[in-house]
Amino acid sequence: MFTQQLINGLTLGGVYALIALGYTMVYGILELINFAHGEIYMLGAYLGIIFLGFFTAIGLTSYSLPLALILTFILSVIFCSSYGFTIEKIAYKPLRNAPRLSPLISAIGVSIFLQNYVMLTQGATDKIFPHLFEKAGIELMGTRVTYTQIFIIAASAILMLSLNLFITKTRMGKAMRAVAQDKVMASLVGININTVISATFIIGSGLAAVAGLMVAAYYGLVNYSIGYIAGIKAFTAAVLGGIGSVPGAMFGGILLGLIESFSAAYISSEYKDAYAFIILIIILFIKPSGLFGKTQEEKV
Amino acid sequence: MYLLEVRDLTKHFGGIRAIEEVRFRAKEGSIMSIIGPNGAGKTTLFNCLTGITRPTKGAISFFDMETTGLKPDSIVKLGVARTFQNIRLFREMTVIENVMVSQHCRTRSGLLSAIIRSNNFRNEEKTIKEKALEYLELVGLEAYADTVAGSLPYGSQKRLEIARAIATEPRLILLDEPTAGMNPQETGEMMELIKKLQELGKTIILIEHDMKVVMGISENIVVLDHGVKIAEGAPEEIRKNPMVIEAYLGKEH
Amino acid sequence: MNKAVSKTDSPIHRFTHSPFFIALWLALLFLPFKGLKAAGILFIVLFAAVSMLNMFKKYVGTMKGVFSDFKQYLLGRSRIKLPESKTRSIALTLLMSVVVMALPFYGHDYLIDIAVLSGIYIILAQGLNIVVGFTGLLNLGFVAFYAIGAYSYALLNTKLGMGFWASLPLSVMLVTLSGFILAIPALRLRGDYLAIVTLGFGEIVRLVLNNWDSFTKGPNGIGGIEPPNIFGMQISKLGHFYYFIIIFVLLAVFIIRRVSASRIGRAWIAIREDEIASSSIGINTTAYKLYSFAFGAFWAGLAGVLFAAKMQFVSPESFTFMESVLVLCMVILGGLGSIPGVVLGAIILVMLPEMLREVQLYRMLALGSGLVMLMIFRPQGLMGGKGVSFRG
Repeated sequence: MFTQQLINGLTLGGVYALIALGYTMVYGILELINFAHGEIYMLGAYLGIIFLGFFTAIGLTSYSLPLALILTFILSVIFCSSYGFTIEKIAYKPLRNAPRLSPLISAIGVSIFLQNYVMLTQGATDKIFPHLFEKAGIELMGTRVTYTQIFIIAASAILMLSLNLFITKTRMGKAMRAVAQDKVMASLVGININTVISATFIIGSGLAAVAGLMVAAYYGLVNYSIGYIAGIKAFTAAVLGGIGSVPGAMFGGILLGLIESFSAAYISSEYKDAYAFIILIIILFIKPSGLFGKTQEEKV
Repeated sequence: MYLLEVRDLTKHFGGIRAIEEVRFRAKEGSIMSIIGPNGAGKTTLFNCLTGITRPTKGAISFFDMETTGLKPDSIVKLGVARTFQNIRLFREMTVIENVMVSQHCRTRSGLLSAIIRSNNFRNEEKTIKEKALEYLELVGLEAYADTVAGSLPYGSQKRLEIARAIATEPRLILLDEPTAGMNPQETGEMMELIKKLQELGKTIILIEHDMKVVMGISENIVVLDHGVKIAEGAPEEIRKNPMVIEAYLGKEH
Repeated sequence: MNKAVSKTDSPIHRFTHSPFFIALWLALLFLPFKGLKAAGILFIVLFAAVSMLNMFKKYVGTMKGVFSDFKQYLLGRSRIKLPESKTRSIALTLLMSVVVMALPFYGHDYLIDIAVLSGIYIILAQGLNIVVGFTGLLNLGFVAFYAIGAYSYALLNTKLGMGFWASLPLSVMLVTLSGFILAIPALRLRGDYLAIVTLGFGEIVRLVLNNWDSFTKGPNGIGGIEPPNIFGMQISKLGHFYYFIIIFVLLAVFIIRRVSASRIGRAWIAIREDEIASSSIGINTTAYKLYSFAFGAFWAGLAGVLFAAKMQFVSPESFTFMESVLVLCMVILGGLGSIPGVVLGAIILVMLPEMLREVQLYRMLALGSGLVMLMIFRPQGLMGGKGVSFRG
């Protein structure tokens, strides 16, 4: 039971962490709660089904399953990154100097639009992701761990590590951190703010797409409304870790996944969705800037 | 009688020592200046005095009342008001509303009297408005009473901040760089205004870079450098003090 | 400067900003969801739209000139006839009140029903306006207070048999108290953290209502709630209920107007404008934020009780996050901090979906893109002051 919940929690936590990274990166740079980010994750899940369906229809899946899967993966990530990029250009960029509330409302608008767009085009009922891997897995300390779970945990870990490397080592990563600290100063030293912001949205959306694909494969079901609740939980995870902090988002995501799976198993599963918020409120009450967040004093 | 007494005031931000064991006293009804190079800890000192930042160590007393650790609004109630270096007006409110809201801590009507518009409430509102106009007249902004504060020119915004500070009926007013960014004529008018405040019986402490202003109106000067008080005295003494000259111009001089 | 000019002139930049490319890009993005044919149509429509927009942009300068001339002309006219315009506005107010008061005599039941609903939302949105519009605190779970109000009356009535007038003060007090209780921990937090904690609170309340079957009957909801009584007469007829609601709407607008024009309202607005400056002129910001939260919750509670009395049924479905967003949209559409604006915003957002019933499927798409466009083209809402600031 314990190991089982641990594995479930890590799987879920990896997914939350991947989505939370997108929130935290955008927040770090624009101080915007990108409400539409959860929808990107939902779009990623749908795109997985759509592309896989398309490849099955043209016979690619039966010719070579790995090739079809890789293509699906790449296409979904590219599309979701493009969505993120385009949403920023249309709905957030014109509002960069507007009052704080404006881009947030705009983001809520985008979120409503995307949810309903998918509902209109794909229907309000659940969509089924093809059972490709069935329940295959291995025995680990007396519990069954499916390959999908192993893949999700491994893939999230690899992606998080590479993101960390990207942010600390590459030019673009350093530029991102510079912009997050001080936009004016960064632009004075020759960093193109627009490029950095676009890159942030592209990377964040790509990670959300991966999360969406993995969840679709894991649960086998996708619905147009999954983006909302996953988005809110991932945002909670980001806040839990201290929003704006990349390691914080990773930690917060995994912590949230573990909390959810353990409390659902040991306390009650009816309130599964409420635990996240209760923990959030408790943590913020103790440490108002999140676990990894720095306390910021406003300059007077 | 000393109005304000600061004893061994210390503020550290992490490892940075913003102010270190600063001590001074201010006489009631006097004008005092705090000077020092950039980063000397002058604004931090003001923030400690007004309760915006909590000092690491030391004590502040106002008329022998300990104010260390009090919240900003309680300190205002005791009679300490301030202006800000980078103007912080209520930009969307009109000029007169800015001054009216500043009488908040001197008024008391509650929810119920506001809803039924009791006599007390109406009288209080009337007084608030009259007083607000009076304060605006003092700073010369009565003609702009109904202008939105954010649209005032820079110099007038600085003067409105002073009107707002006076409206809290303080005994001590802290002015953070009142003449910064002003032309000589505006600076002259500001000096006149500060003297007028003194005539009204207010004690004034100002942070200022313009030496003409500092030497022209202050009775006592405190010099800070890297958070430490390096000198204190009358303008004449400060002008000649070798430590002060060194702090401003460097050792070579 | 030079560099920027040459950049916008480069052929790549010109191509990526051409109507053709923009339309192609967007059509491609929509391709996987709707297939090739729809994407093709979308491309043509977008191409035409963007081209027209570009053409329009060229003339926008001259258009603006014409527009401001016209405005000047109107202003000039109104200045001459200033005394008359006051009588005109009185006449307009009178006419409007006649239209509103006589609605049950000429309006269809369906219209009255919508009007009653608008009234409830006006009270709810005015409550949120106190918190978001005046005090500048973003509350994304406001509907929780609405829910607590509605369920309080529903439970007091169905479980204890208490009547409307006995339950009303009790329910509203309970909601105000819960506003206080939420605010105490929440107000320690900075803007966005506050937003997410209030959102969490909203979700927790909804989940409790949904899952506590023995007490709230879960997703099935509570039915058989009594409508209000006046002098022994039950207000169950729609027309009567309409007047009943109008009384409460007028009361809410009246009280909120008076409070906002007092030292309390001024303190709220000062906190919205600059919290540090507010505390430096002697406002106890924590106390006044609490005050604002509780006062806002009070109206949400009242709206909730009225909602339960009107529907005679409550279920968790009426209190989702989308509902919080909708109420927030009413406040923003009307204009943050503008009392008449919020009345208008609430009426529009209740009426609009009803009018768009024909194209029901597309109305949420319209709401979503409408919000984005509102923020870009008129962020201050219909009647808000120019650029009412919002700081976290």
